[in-house]
Amino acid sequence: MTSRSIISQLKASIMVNAIYAMINYPIVLVSTILAPFSLLLVITFISRGALTPIAIGGALIMTMISSGTSLQQDLSHLKNDFKVQDMVVSSPVTAWIYLLGMSISELVYALPALVVLTVLAALYVHTSAFGYLSIMGVMLVMFTFACSLGFLLSTLSSDVVQGWAFSGIVSTVLSALPPVYYPITYIPKPFQIIAYLSPATYAAQIVQNVTGLTSFSPTTIEIDWVVIIIVTIIILTLAVKRSKWRED
Amino acid sequence: MTNMEQLTVKGLTKEYEKGKRALKSFSLAVPAKGIFALIGRNGAGKTTLIRILSTQLSPTSGTAQISGLDILKDTDALREIIACVPQEGRAVGWLTPRQFLSSYLMWRGFTSKEANLLLEKSLDELGIKKYADTLNRLLSGGTKRKVLVGMVMASGAKVIFLDEPTTGLDPISRDELWRTLVKLKKDHFIFLTTHYLEEAEKLADKIGVVEDGKLMALGTMAELRRKVKYPYSVKILSDHTVIKPRRGELIKGVDGHYQIVTTEKEAGRISKQLINRGVKFSMNPLTLDDIFYYIVRKPIEAENYDQQEYY
Ligand SMILES: Nc1ncnc2c1ncn2[C@@H]1O[C@H](COP(=O)(O)OP(=O)(O)OP(=O)(O)O)[C@@H](O)[C@H]1O
Ligand SMILES: [Mg+2]
Repeated sequence: MTSRSIISQLKASIMVNAIYAMINYPIVLVSTILAPFSLLLVITFISRGALTPIAIGGALIMTMISSGTSLQQDLSHLKNDFKVQDMVVSSPVTAWIYLLGMSISELVYALPALVVLTVLAALYVHTSAFGYLSIMGVMLVMFTFACSLGFLLSTLSSDVVQGWAFSGIVSTVLSALPPVYYPITYIPKPFQIIAYLSPATYAAQIVQNVTGLTSFSPTTIEIDWVVIIIVTIIILTLAVKRSKWRED
Repeated sequence: MTNMEQLTVKGLTKEYEKGKRALKSFSLAVPAKGIFALIGRNGAGKTTLIRILSTQLSPTSGTAQISGLDILKDTDALREIIACVPQEGRAVGWLTPRQFLSSYLMWRGFTSKEANLLLEKSLDELGIKKYADTLNRLLSGGTKRKVLVGMVMASGAKVIFLDEPTTGLDPISRDELWRTLVKLKKDHFIFLTTHYLEEAEKLADKIGVVEDGKLMALGTMAELRRKVKYPYSVKILSDHTVIKPRRGELIKGVDGHYQIVTTEKEAGRISKQLINRGVKFSMNPLTLDDIFYYIVRKPIEAENYDQQEYY
Protein backbone atom coordinates (compact mmCIF):
# COMPACT_ATOMS: atom_id res chain seq x y z
CA MET A 1 0.00 0.00 0.00
CA THR A 2 1.31 3.41 -0.89
CA SER A 3 0.81 6.34 1.46
CA ARG A 4 -1.51 7.82 -1.13
CA SER A 5 -3.80 4.83 -0.95
CA ILE A 6 -3.67 4.77 2.86
CA ILE A 7 -4.95 8.34 2.85
CA SER A 8 -7.76 7.25 0.51
CA GLN A 9 -8.59 4.37 2.82
CA LEU A 10 -8.74 6.64 5.87
CA LYS A 11 -10.84 9.13 3.93
CA ALA A 12 -13.33 6.39 2.98
CA SER A 13 -14.14 5.66 6.63
CA ILE A 14 -14.42 9.35 7.45
CA MET A 15 -16.75 9.97 4.49
CA VAL A 16 -19.03 7.02 5.28
CA ASN A 17 -19.26 7.48 8.99
CA ALA A 18 -19.16 11.26 9.39
CA ILE A 19 -19.22 13.49 6.32
CA TYR A 20 -21.92 11.74 4.27
CA ALA A 21 -24.02 11.18 7.39
CA MET A 22 -23.89 14.92 8.10
CA ILE A 23 -24.54 15.89 4.48
CA ASN A 24 -27.43 13.48 3.99
CA TYR A 25 -28.97 14.03 7.41
CA PRO A 26 -28.16 17.59 8.61
CA ILE A 27 -30.15 16.95 11.81
CA VAL A 28 -27.14 14.86 12.88
CA LEU A 29 -25.20 18.11 13.29
CA VAL A 30 -27.68 19.46 15.81
CA SER A 31 -27.55 16.29 17.84
CA THR A 32 -23.77 16.13 17.89
CA ILE A 33 -23.49 19.73 19.10
CA LEU A 34 -26.11 19.25 21.81
CA ALA A 35 -24.89 15.93 23.20
CA PRO A 36 -22.18 17.09 25.64
CA PHE A 37 -24.11 20.12 26.88
CA SER A 38 -26.94 18.57 28.83
CA LEU A 39 -24.94 17.73 31.96
CA LEU A 40 -22.73 20.80 31.53
CA LEU A 41 -25.82 23.01 31.78
CA VAL A 42 -27.31 21.06 34.70
CA ILE A 43 -24.10 21.35 36.72
CA THR A 44 -23.68 25.01 35.85
CA PHE A 45 -27.23 25.84 37.00
CA ILE A 46 -27.11 23.74 40.16
CA SER A 47 -23.75 25.11 41.25
CA ARG A 48 -24.73 28.63 40.17
CA GLY A 49 -21.69 28.70 37.93
CA ALA A 50 -19.18 27.67 40.59
CA LEU A 51 -18.44 24.30 38.95
CA THR A 52 -18.61 25.50 35.35
CA PRO A 53 -14.87 25.08 34.62
CA ILE A 54 -14.91 21.53 36.01
CA ALA A 55 -18.03 20.71 34.03
CA ILE A 56 -16.44 22.05 30.84
CA GLY A 57 -13.40 19.82 31.46
CA GLY A 58 -15.78 16.95 32.14
CA ALA A 59 -17.65 17.58 28.91
CA LEU A 60 -14.35 17.50 26.99
CA ILE A 61 -13.47 14.11 28.50
CA MET A 62 -16.97 12.76 27.98
CA THR A 63 -16.93 13.83 24.33
CA MET A 64 -13.86 11.63 23.86
CA ILE A 65 -15.40 8.71 25.72
CA SER A 66 -18.68 9.00 23.81
CA SER A 67 -16.68 8.89 20.60
CA GLY A 68 -15.58 5.41 21.59
CA THR A 69 -19.12 4.35 22.46
CA SER A 70 -20.38 5.74 19.16
CA LEU A 71 -17.52 3.98 17.38
CA GLN A 72 -18.66 0.70 18.86
CA GLN A 73 -22.26 1.31 17.81
CA ASP A 74 -21.35 2.50 14.32
CA LEU A 75 -18.95 -0.37 13.70
CA SER A 76 -21.48 -2.93 14.97
CA HIS A 77 -24.19 -1.38 12.83
CA LEU A 78 -22.02 -1.50 9.69
CA LYS A 79 -20.84 -4.99 10.54
CA ASN A 80 -24.06 -6.70 11.56
CA ASP A 81 -26.79 -4.85 9.65
CA PHE A 82 -25.02 -4.13 6.37
CA LYS A 83 -22.18 -6.70 6.44
CA VAL A 84 -19.83 -3.89 5.50
CA GLN A 85 -17.09 -5.41 7.61
CA ASP A 86 -17.29 -8.62 5.57
CA MET A 87 -16.99 -6.56 2.37
CA VAL A 88 -14.05 -4.64 3.80
CA VAL A 89 -12.27 -7.73 5.15
CA SER A 90 -12.32 -9.17 1.62
CA SER A 91 -10.42 -6.14 0.35
CA PRO A 92 -6.93 -4.65 0.66
CA VAL A 93 -7.75 -2.41 3.64
CA THR A 94 -6.30 -3.67 6.93
CA ALA A 95 -8.15 -3.80 10.23
CA TRP A 96 -5.94 -1.00 11.58
CA ILE A 97 -6.44 1.43 8.76
CA TYR A 98 -10.20 0.78 8.88
CA LEU A 99 -10.22 1.30 12.66
CA LEU A 100 -8.06 4.42 12.49
CA GLY A 101 -10.29 5.92 9.78
CA MET A 102 -13.43 5.11 11.73
CA SER A 103 -11.95 6.58 14.93
CA ILE A 104 -11.04 9.79 13.13
CA SER A 105 -14.57 9.86 11.73
CA GLU A 106 -15.88 9.94 15.30
CA LEU A 107 -13.64 12.93 16.00
CA VAL A 108 -14.95 14.66 12.90
CA TYR A 109 -18.45 13.87 14.10
CA ALA A 110 -17.66 15.40 17.48
CA LEU A 111 -15.91 18.38 15.94
CA PRO A 112 -18.81 20.86 16.21
CA ALA A 113 -19.16 20.08 19.93
CA LEU A 114 -15.40 20.21 20.45
CA VAL A 115 -15.21 23.65 18.85
CA VAL A 116 -17.90 25.05 21.15
CA LEU A 117 -16.35 23.40 24.21
CA THR A 118 -12.90 24.73 23.32
CA VAL A 119 -14.27 28.26 23.11
CA LEU A 120 -15.96 27.78 26.49
CA ALA A 121 -12.74 26.37 27.95
CA ALA A 122 -10.79 29.38 26.72
CA LEU A 123 -13.35 31.65 28.41
CA TYR A 124 -13.94 29.85 31.71
CA VAL A 125 -11.00 27.56 32.43
CA HIS A 126 -8.08 29.62 33.63
CA THR A 127 -4.86 27.69 33.64
CA SER A 128 -1.31 27.65 32.31
CA ALA A 129 -0.18 26.42 28.89
CA PHE A 130 0.91 23.26 30.70
CA GLY A 131 -2.61 22.94 32.08
CA TYR A 132 -4.16 23.12 28.61
CA LEU A 133 -1.61 20.57 27.37
CA SER A 134 -2.58 18.25 30.24
CA ILE A 135 -6.24 18.50 29.25
CA MET A 136 -5.37 17.68 25.65
CA GLY A 137 -3.19 14.77 26.76
CA VAL A 138 -5.99 13.32 28.90
CA MET A 139 -8.39 13.72 25.97
CA LEU A 140 -6.03 11.89 23.64
CA VAL A 141 -5.47 9.02 26.07
CA MET A 142 -9.21 8.67 26.78
CA PHE A 143 -9.97 8.79 23.06
CA THR A 144 -7.49 5.99 22.37
CA PHE A 145 -8.86 4.01 25.28
CA ALA A 146 -12.50 4.41 24.28
CA CYS A 147 -11.92 3.69 20.60
CA SER A 148 -9.91 0.54 21.32
CA LEU A 149 -12.64 -0.67 23.65
CA GLY A 150 -15.31 0.20 21.10
CA PHE A 151 -13.51 -1.67 18.34
CA LEU A 152 -12.89 -4.69 20.54
CA LEU A 153 -16.56 -4.92 21.56
CA SER A 154 -17.88 -4.32 18.05
CA THR A 155 -15.90 -7.19 16.57
CA LEU A 156 -17.09 -9.45 19.36
CA SER A 157 -20.77 -8.60 19.04
CA SER A 158 -22.68 -10.48 16.40
CA ASP A 159 -25.99 -8.71 16.50
CA VAL A 160 -27.61 -5.43 17.40
CA VAL A 161 -29.11 -6.44 20.72
CA GLN A 162 -25.79 -7.78 21.96
CA GLY A 163 -24.15 -4.57 20.78
CA TRP A 164 -26.62 -2.46 22.77
CA ALA A 165 -25.97 -4.52 25.86
CA PHE A 166 -22.21 -3.93 25.54
CA SER A 167 -22.59 -0.21 25.01
CA GLY A 168 -25.11 0.06 27.87
CA ILE A 169 -22.64 -1.47 30.31
CA VAL A 170 -19.78 0.59 28.97
CA SER A 171 -21.60 3.89 29.28
CA THR A 172 -22.63 3.14 32.85
CA VAL A 173 -19.05 2.32 33.84
CA LEU A 174 -17.51 5.17 31.88
CA SER A 175 -20.00 7.98 32.18
CA ALA A 176 -22.67 7.45 34.84
CA LEU A 177 -20.45 6.13 37.60
CA PRO A 178 -17.41 8.44 37.54
CA PRO A 179 -17.59 12.03 38.80
CA VAL A 180 -16.56 13.61 35.55
CA TYR A 181 -18.67 16.77 35.68
CA TYR A 182 -18.20 17.49 39.43
CA PRO A 183 -15.50 16.81 42.07
CA ILE A 184 -15.20 13.31 43.46
CA THR A 185 -15.51 14.73 46.99
CA TYR A 186 -19.20 15.32 46.24
CA ILE A 187 -19.89 11.59 46.30
CA PRO A 188 -20.27 9.65 49.58
CA LYS A 189 -17.14 7.75 50.64
CA PRO A 190 -18.28 4.17 49.89
CA PHE A 191 -19.33 5.20 46.39
CA GLN A 192 -15.98 6.88 45.79
CA ILE A 193 -14.41 3.43 45.91
CA ILE A 194 -16.75 2.28 43.16
CA ALA A 195 -15.99 5.41 41.17
CA TYR A 196 -12.30 4.55 41.25
CA LEU A 197 -13.10 1.37 39.32
CA SER A 198 -13.64 3.52 36.27
CA PRO A 199 -10.68 4.95 34.35
CA ALA A 200 -12.76 8.04 33.62
CA THR A 201 -12.47 9.01 37.31
CA TYR A 202 -8.68 9.24 37.06
CA ALA A 203 -8.92 11.25 33.87
CA ALA A 204 -11.40 13.60 35.53
CA GLN A 205 -9.08 14.15 38.51
CA ILE A 206 -6.27 15.33 36.27
CA VAL A 207 -8.55 17.77 34.48
CA GLN A 208 -10.19 18.99 37.70
CA ASN A 209 -6.75 19.60 39.17
CA VAL A 210 -5.88 21.76 36.16
CA THR A 211 -8.95 23.95 36.64
CA GLY A 212 -7.67 24.80 40.12
CA LEU A 213 -11.07 24.40 41.74
CA THR A 214 -10.10 21.16 43.41
CA SER A 215 -6.55 20.24 44.12
CA PHE A 216 -4.89 16.89 44.47
CA SER A 217 -1.37 16.05 45.57
CA PRO A 218 1.23 15.73 42.79
CA THR A 219 1.53 12.02 43.66
CA THR A 220 -2.21 11.51 43.13
CA ILE A 221 -2.00 13.16 39.73
CA GLU A 222 1.01 11.05 38.78
CA ILE A 223 -0.88 7.91 39.79
CA ASP A 224 -3.87 9.12 37.74
CA TRP A 225 -1.69 9.39 34.63
CA VAL A 226 -0.14 5.99 35.22
CA VAL A 227 -3.57 4.40 35.66
CA ILE A 228 -5.15 5.84 32.52
CA ILE A 229 -2.08 5.10 30.40
CA ILE A 230 -1.77 1.52 31.64
CA VAL A 231 -5.48 0.81 31.21
CA THR A 232 -5.31 2.23 27.71
CA ILE A 233 -2.31 0.08 26.82
CA ILE A 234 -4.09 -3.01 28.16
CA ILE A 235 -7.27 -2.35 26.19
CA LEU A 236 -5.32 -1.44 23.06
CA THR A 237 -3.35 -4.69 23.33
CA LEU A 238 -6.55 -6.64 23.85
CA ALA A 239 -8.04 -4.93 20.80
CA VAL A 240 -5.00 -5.89 18.75
CA LYS A 241 -4.96 -9.47 19.99
CA ARG A 242 -8.57 -10.38 20.61
CA SER A 243 -10.68 -8.47 18.15
CA LYS A 244 -12.02 -10.59 15.33
CA TRP A 245 -11.21 -9.31 11.86
CA ARG A 246 -11.25 -12.73 10.28
CA GLU A 247 -13.86 -14.51 12.39
CA ASP A 248 -13.25 -17.84 14.09
CA MET B 1 -2.32 -26.63 -15.89
CA THR B 2 -0.57 -24.76 -13.14
CA ASN B 3 -1.87 -23.79 -9.73
CA MET B 4 -1.94 -20.20 -10.88
CA GLU B 5 -5.17 -20.73 -12.76
CA GLN B 6 -6.92 -22.88 -10.21
CA LEU B 7 -9.10 -22.74 -7.19
CA THR B 8 -8.01 -25.64 -5.03
CA VAL B 9 -9.83 -26.47 -1.82
CA LYS B 10 -8.27 -29.15 0.33
CA GLY B 11 -10.10 -30.85 3.15
CA LEU B 12 -11.86 -27.75 4.48
CA THR B 13 -13.72 -28.39 7.69
CA LYS B 14 -15.68 -25.82 9.63
CA GLU B 15 -17.02 -26.56 13.05
CA TYR B 16 -18.94 -23.57 14.43
CA GLU B 17 -19.91 -25.42 17.57
CA LYS B 18 -18.48 -28.61 18.99
CA GLY B 19 -19.78 -31.57 17.05
CA LYS B 20 -21.74 -29.53 14.47
CA ARG B 21 -19.80 -29.33 11.24
CA ALA B 22 -20.97 -26.99 8.49
CA LEU B 23 -18.24 -28.21 6.12
CA LYS B 24 -16.95 -31.75 6.23
CA SER B 25 -13.50 -32.11 4.73
CA PHE B 26 -14.62 -30.27 1.61
CA SER B 27 -12.33 -30.60 -1.40
CA LEU B 28 -12.66 -29.06 -4.82
CA ALA B 29 -10.53 -28.13 -7.80
CA VAL B 30 -11.82 -25.93 -10.58
CA PRO B 31 -10.22 -23.51 -13.02
CA ALA B 32 -10.06 -20.02 -11.51
CA LYS B 33 -11.65 -18.43 -14.55
CA GLY B 34 -15.14 -18.04 -15.89
CA ILE B 35 -18.05 -18.69 -13.56
CA PHE B 36 -18.19 -21.39 -10.93
CA ALA B 37 -21.62 -21.90 -9.38
CA LEU B 38 -22.08 -23.60 -6.06
CA ILE B 39 -25.58 -24.89 -5.62
CA GLY B 40 -27.13 -26.37 -2.55
CA ARG B 41 -30.08 -26.26 -0.19
CA ASN B 42 -30.50 -23.99 2.82
CA GLY B 43 -27.85 -24.76 5.38
CA ALA B 44 -25.77 -26.86 2.97
CA GLY B 45 -22.65 -24.80 3.72
CA LYS B 46 -22.41 -22.43 0.74
CA THR B 47 -22.03 -19.23 2.72
CA THR B 48 -19.59 -20.89 5.08
CA LEU B 49 -17.40 -21.88 2.13
CA ILE B 50 -17.60 -18.45 0.49
CA ARG B 51 -16.72 -16.71 3.75
CA ILE B 52 -13.72 -18.96 4.29
CA LEU B 53 -12.47 -18.54 0.72
CA SER B 54 -12.89 -14.76 0.84
CA THR B 55 -10.83 -14.63 4.08
CA GLN B 56 -13.72 -13.57 6.33
CA LEU B 57 -13.82 -16.76 8.36
CA SER B 58 -11.16 -19.14 9.61
CA PRO B 59 -11.58 -22.81 8.76
CA THR B 60 -11.31 -25.32 11.60
CA SER B 61 -8.95 -27.34 9.43
CA GLY B 62 -7.89 -27.59 5.81
CA THR B 63 -6.99 -24.78 3.48
CA ALA B 64 -7.44 -23.47 -0.06
CA GLN B 65 -5.50 -21.68 -2.75
CA ILE B 66 -6.82 -19.24 -5.28
CA SER B 67 -4.51 -18.58 -8.22
CA GLY B 68 -1.63 -19.92 -6.19
CA LEU B 69 -2.38 -17.75 -3.13
CA ASP B 70 -3.17 -19.55 0.11
CA ILE B 71 -6.20 -18.23 2.03
CA LEU B 72 -4.32 -18.55 5.33
CA LYS B 73 -0.70 -17.83 4.42
CA ASP B 74 -1.06 -15.25 1.65
CA THR B 75 -4.02 -13.37 3.09
CA ASP B 76 -2.74 -9.86 2.29
CA ALA B 77 -1.86 -10.66 -1.31
CA LEU B 78 -5.16 -12.46 -1.76
CA ARG B 79 -7.17 -9.53 -0.42
CA GLU B 80 -5.69 -7.35 -3.15
CA ILE B 81 -7.36 -9.45 -5.86
CA ILE B 82 -10.69 -10.51 -4.32
CA ALA B 83 -14.01 -8.78 -3.73
CA CYS B 84 -17.11 -10.17 -2.08
CA VAL B 85 -20.83 -9.48 -1.91
CA PRO B 86 -22.02 -11.24 1.26
CA GLN B 87 -25.37 -13.02 1.27
CA GLU B 88 -26.89 -10.49 3.65
CA GLY B 89 -24.79 -7.57 2.45
CA ARG B 90 -26.67 -4.30 2.02
CA ALA B 91 -25.73 -0.94 0.61
CA VAL B 92 -25.39 1.41 3.62
CA GLY B 93 -28.76 3.09 4.10
CA TRP B 94 -27.63 6.64 4.78
CA LEU B 95 -25.47 6.79 1.67
CA THR B 96 -26.39 7.07 -1.99
CA PRO B 97 -25.11 4.40 -4.40
CA ARG B 98 -22.56 6.90 -5.71
CA GLN B 99 -21.29 7.70 -2.21
CA PHE B 100 -21.23 4.04 -1.22
CA LEU B 101 -19.34 2.87 -4.28
CA SER B 102 -16.88 5.72 -4.01
CA SER B 103 -16.18 4.88 -0.35
CA TYR B 104 -15.78 1.18 -1.07
CA LEU B 105 -13.32 1.90 -3.87
CA MET B 106 -11.39 4.29 -1.64
CA TRP B 107 -11.22 1.58 1.03
CA ARG B 108 -9.61 -0.51 -1.67
CA GLY B 109 -7.00 2.22 -2.12
CA PHE B 110 -8.24 4.15 -5.15
CA THR B 111 -8.12 7.95 -5.00
CA SER B 112 -11.51 9.65 -5.06
CA LYS B 113 -10.88 10.72 -8.65
CA GLU B 114 -10.12 7.17 -9.79
CA ALA B 115 -13.07 5.89 -7.78
CA ASN B 116 -15.46 8.30 -9.49
CA LEU B 117 -14.41 7.19 -12.96
CA LEU B 118 -14.73 3.52 -12.09
CA LEU B 119 -18.09 3.80 -10.38
CA GLU B 120 -19.73 5.78 -13.20
CA LYS B 121 -18.82 3.02 -15.63
CA SER B 122 -20.20 0.34 -13.41
CA LEU B 123 -23.46 2.18 -12.59
CA ASP B 124 -23.95 2.66 -16.31
CA GLU B 125 -23.30 -0.98 -17.05
CA LEU B 126 -25.90 -2.10 -14.51
CA GLY B 127 -28.44 0.45 -15.65
CA ILE B 128 -28.80 2.02 -12.21
CA LYS B 129 -27.36 5.45 -12.93
CA LYS B 130 -30.76 7.02 -12.45
CA TYR B 131 -30.69 5.92 -8.81
CA ALA B 132 -27.10 7.02 -8.25
CA ASP B 133 -28.07 9.93 -5.99
CA THR B 134 -31.03 8.43 -4.16
CA LEU B 135 -30.40 7.24 -0.61
CA ASN B 136 -29.81 3.48 -0.62
CA ARG B 137 -32.49 2.92 2.00
CA LEU B 138 -35.11 4.27 -0.41
CA LEU B 139 -34.16 1.88 -3.22
CA SER B 140 -36.01 -1.35 -3.96
CA GLY B 141 -34.45 -4.61 -2.77
CA GLY B 142 -33.38 -5.60 -6.27
CA THR B 143 -31.75 -2.25 -6.99
CA LYS B 144 -29.87 -2.46 -3.69
CA ARG B 145 -28.56 -5.85 -4.76
CA LYS B 146 -27.40 -4.40 -8.07
CA VAL B 147 -25.58 -1.61 -6.25
CA LEU B 148 -23.52 -4.26 -4.47
CA VAL B 149 -22.73 -6.08 -7.68
CA GLY B 150 -21.75 -2.72 -9.19
CA MET B 151 -19.48 -2.19 -6.24
CA VAL B 152 -17.41 -5.34 -6.78
CA MET B 153 -17.47 -4.86 -10.55
CA ALA B 154 -15.99 -1.40 -10.23
CA SER B 155 -13.25 -2.67 -7.95
CA GLY B 156 -11.46 -4.42 -10.77
CA ALA B 157 -10.82 -7.37 -8.43
CA LYS B 158 -9.95 -10.42 -10.49
CA VAL B 159 -11.77 -12.84 -8.22
CA ILE B 160 -15.36 -12.04 -7.32
CA PHE B 161 -17.46 -13.85 -4.74
CA LEU B 162 -21.22 -13.40 -4.98
CA ASP B 163 -23.36 -15.14 -2.36
CA GLU B 164 -26.81 -15.52 -3.92
CA PRO B 165 -26.58 -12.50 -6.21
CA THR B 166 -30.00 -12.99 -7.81
CA THR B 167 -32.12 -13.74 -4.76
CA GLY B 168 -34.94 -11.20 -4.69
CA LEU B 169 -34.54 -10.02 -8.27
CA ASP B 170 -37.48 -9.97 -10.67
CA PRO B 171 -37.06 -12.10 -13.84
CA ILE B 172 -36.04 -9.13 -15.98
CA SER B 173 -33.51 -7.77 -13.49
CA ARG B 174 -32.18 -11.27 -13.00
CA ASP B 175 -31.74 -11.63 -16.73
CA GLU B 176 -29.93 -8.27 -16.87
CA LEU B 177 -27.63 -9.32 -14.06
CA TRP B 178 -26.93 -12.62 -15.78
CA ARG B 179 -25.90 -10.75 -18.92
CA THR B 180 -23.60 -8.54 -16.90
CA LEU B 181 -22.00 -11.53 -15.22
CA VAL B 182 -21.49 -13.30 -18.52
CA LYS B 183 -19.68 -10.20 -19.80
CA LEU B 184 -17.71 -9.91 -16.61
CA LYS B 185 -16.53 -13.51 -16.63
CA LYS B 186 -14.36 -12.91 -19.68
CA ASP B 187 -11.60 -11.45 -17.57
CA HIS B 188 -12.70 -12.38 -14.05
CA PHE B 189 -13.22 -15.47 -11.99
CA ILE B 190 -16.70 -15.37 -10.49
CA PHE B 191 -17.58 -17.71 -7.66
CA LEU B 192 -21.30 -17.56 -6.99
CA THR B 193 -23.86 -19.46 -5.00
CA THR B 194 -27.44 -20.07 -5.97
CA HIS B 195 -30.41 -22.24 -5.17
CA TYR B 196 -31.35 -22.62 -8.79
CA LEU B 197 -29.90 -25.11 -11.24
CA GLU B 198 -31.46 -23.04 -13.99
CA GLU B 199 -29.23 -20.13 -13.06
CA ALA B 200 -26.22 -22.39 -12.75
CA GLU B 201 -26.95 -23.89 -16.15
CA LYS B 202 -27.31 -20.48 -17.81
CA LEU B 203 -24.17 -18.98 -16.31
CA ALA B 204 -21.69 -21.44 -15.02
CA ASP B 205 -18.77 -23.13 -16.71
CA LYS B 206 -18.65 -25.54 -13.81
CA ILE B 207 -21.19 -26.41 -11.16
CA GLY B 208 -20.61 -27.85 -7.73
CA VAL B 209 -23.47 -29.32 -5.74
CA VAL B 210 -23.05 -29.14 -1.98
CA GLU B 211 -25.22 -30.86 0.59
CA ASP B 212 -24.64 -31.16 4.31
CA GLY B 213 -21.12 -29.77 4.05
CA LYS B 214 -19.99 -32.18 1.38
CA LEU B 215 -19.47 -31.91 -2.35
CA MET B 216 -22.03 -34.20 -3.96
CA ALA B 217 -21.23 -33.53 -7.59
CA LEU B 218 -18.97 -31.42 -9.75
CA GLY B 219 -19.02 -30.80 -13.45
CA THR B 220 -20.67 -28.99 -16.32
CA MET B 221 -24.45 -29.12 -16.52
CA ALA B 222 -24.17 -31.78 -19.24
CA GLU B 223 -21.95 -33.84 -16.95
CA LEU B 224 -24.40 -33.49 -14.10
CA ARG B 225 -27.22 -34.63 -16.34
CA ARG B 226 -25.24 -37.70 -17.31
CA LYS B 227 -24.75 -38.59 -13.67
CA VAL B 228 -28.46 -39.08 -13.32
CA LYS B 229 -29.11 -42.78 -13.87
CA TYR B 230 -32.74 -42.37 -14.80
CA PRO B 231 -33.27 -39.45 -17.18
CA TYR B 232 -37.05 -39.76 -17.58
CA SER B 233 -39.90 -38.98 -15.31
CA VAL B 234 -43.46 -40.30 -15.46
CA LYS B 235 -45.86 -38.42 -13.26
CA ILE B 236 -49.15 -40.12 -12.47
CA LEU B 237 -51.79 -37.46 -12.22
CA SER B 238 -54.63 -39.39 -10.64
CA ASP B 239 -54.67 -40.26 -6.95
CA HIS B 240 -54.48 -43.82 -5.73
CA THR B 241 -52.77 -45.23 -8.83
CA VAL B 242 -49.36 -46.78 -8.34
CA ILE B 243 -47.24 -48.69 -10.78
CA LYS B 244 -44.13 -50.44 -9.61
CA PRO B 245 -41.40 -49.85 -12.18
CA ARG B 246 -39.13 -52.70 -13.25
CA ARG B 247 -36.25 -50.24 -13.30
CA GLY B 248 -36.04 -46.89 -11.65
CA GLU B 249 -37.61 -45.41 -8.58
CA LEU B 250 -40.99 -44.52 -7.23
CA ILE B 251 -41.25 -41.17 -5.47
CA LYS B 252 -44.29 -39.76 -3.71
CA GLY B 253 -44.58 -36.03 -4.35
CA VAL B 254 -45.83 -33.42 -1.88
CA ASP B 255 -49.10 -33.27 -3.82
CA GLY B 256 -49.68 -36.98 -3.07
CA HIS B 257 -49.11 -38.00 -6.68
CA TYR B 258 -46.57 -40.65 -7.59
CA GLN B 259 -43.62 -40.01 -9.85
CA ILE B 260 -41.46 -42.65 -11.45
CA VAL B 261 -37.95 -41.79 -12.54
CA THR B 262 -36.61 -44.36 -14.91
CA THR B 263 -34.98 -45.14 -18.25
CA GLU B 264 -36.42 -44.00 -21.54
CA LYS B 265 -37.48 -47.56 -22.41
CA GLU B 266 -39.16 -48.27 -19.10
CA ALA B 267 -40.89 -44.88 -19.25
CA GLY B 268 -42.35 -45.93 -22.60
CA ARG B 269 -43.53 -49.25 -21.22
CA ILE B 270 -45.16 -47.63 -18.18
CA SER B 271 -46.82 -45.00 -20.37
CA LYS B 272 -48.43 -47.69 -22.49
CA GLN B 273 -49.77 -49.43 -19.40
CA LEU B 274 -51.18 -46.18 -18.09
CA ILE B 275 -52.83 -45.39 -21.42
CA ASN B 276 -54.38 -48.85 -21.45
CA ARG B 277 -55.74 -48.33 -17.95
CA GLY B 278 -56.99 -44.85 -18.82
CA VAL B 279 -54.91 -43.15 -16.13
CA LYS B 280 -53.90 -39.53 -16.68
CA PHE B 281 -50.13 -38.99 -16.60
CA SER B 282 -47.30 -36.90 -17.99
CA MET B 283 -43.94 -38.04 -19.23
CA ASN B 284 -40.88 -35.77 -19.49
CA PRO B 285 -37.14 -35.78 -19.42
CA LEU B 286 -36.04 -34.87 -15.88
CA THR B 287 -36.29 -31.18 -15.11
CA LEU B 288 -33.40 -29.30 -13.54
CA ASP B 289 -35.20 -29.44 -10.22
CA ASP B 290 -35.53 -33.21 -10.53
CA ILE B 291 -31.81 -33.49 -11.20
CA PHE B 292 -30.96 -31.33 -8.21
CA TYR B 293 -33.27 -33.38 -6.05
CA TYR B 294 -31.70 -36.57 -7.33
CA ILE B 295 -28.16 -35.35 -6.66
CA VAL B 296 -28.64 -34.07 -3.14
CA ARG B 297 -30.53 -37.16 -2.09
CA LYS B 298 -27.95 -39.54 -3.36
CA PRO B 299 -24.29 -38.82 -2.95
CA ILE B 300 -22.36 -39.21 -6.16
CA GLU B 301 -18.66 -39.91 -5.66
CA ALA B 302 -17.18 -36.43 -5.69
CA GLU B 303 -14.18 -36.39 -7.97
CA ASN B 304 -10.89 -36.27 -6.29
CA TYR B 305 -9.43 -32.84 -6.87
CA ASP B 306 -5.96 -33.96 -7.85
CA GLN B 307 -7.17 -36.46 -10.39
CA GLN B 308 -9.13 -33.83 -12.26
CA GLU B 309 -8.06 -32.76 -15.74
CA TYR B 310 -9.31 -29.60 -17.35
CA TYR B 311 -8.96 -28.20 -20.83
N1 LIG C 1 -22.14 -18.20 12.79
C1 LIG C 1 -22.63 -19.44 12.88
N2 LIG C 1 -22.65 -20.10 14.06
C2 LIG C 1 -23.12 -21.36 14.16
N3 LIG C 1 -23.61 -22.07 13.14
C3 LIG C 1 -23.63 -21.48 11.92
C4 LIG C 1 -23.15 -20.14 11.73
N4 LIG C 1 -23.28 -19.83 10.42
C5 LIG C 1 -23.83 -20.92 9.83
N5 LIG C 1 -24.04 -21.91 10.73
C6 LIG C 1 -24.58 -23.25 10.42
O1 LIG C 1 -23.76 -23.86 9.44
C7 LIG C 1 -24.54 -24.55 8.48
C8 LIG C 1 -24.24 -24.03 7.08
O2 LIG C 1 -24.71 -22.70 6.98
P1 LIG C 1 -24.48 -21.81 5.69
O3 LIG C 1 -24.91 -20.43 6.02
O4 LIG C 1 -23.10 -21.98 5.22
O5 LIG C 1 -25.49 -22.47 4.65
P2 LIG C 1 -25.94 -21.98 3.19
O6 LIG C 1 -25.68 -23.11 2.27
O7 LIG C 1 -25.31 -20.70 2.85
O8 LIG C 1 -27.50 -21.82 3.37
P3 LIG C 1 -28.52 -20.76 2.70
O9 LIG C 1 -28.85 -21.28 1.35
O10 LIG C 1 -29.70 -20.82 3.59
O11 LIG C 1 -27.85 -19.44 2.67
C9 LIG C 1 -25.99 -24.39 8.92
O12 LIG C 1 -26.34 -25.52 9.65
C10 LIG C 1 -25.97 -23.17 9.81
O13 LIG C 1 -26.95 -23.26 10.79
MG1 LIG D 1 -25.97 -18.87 2.47
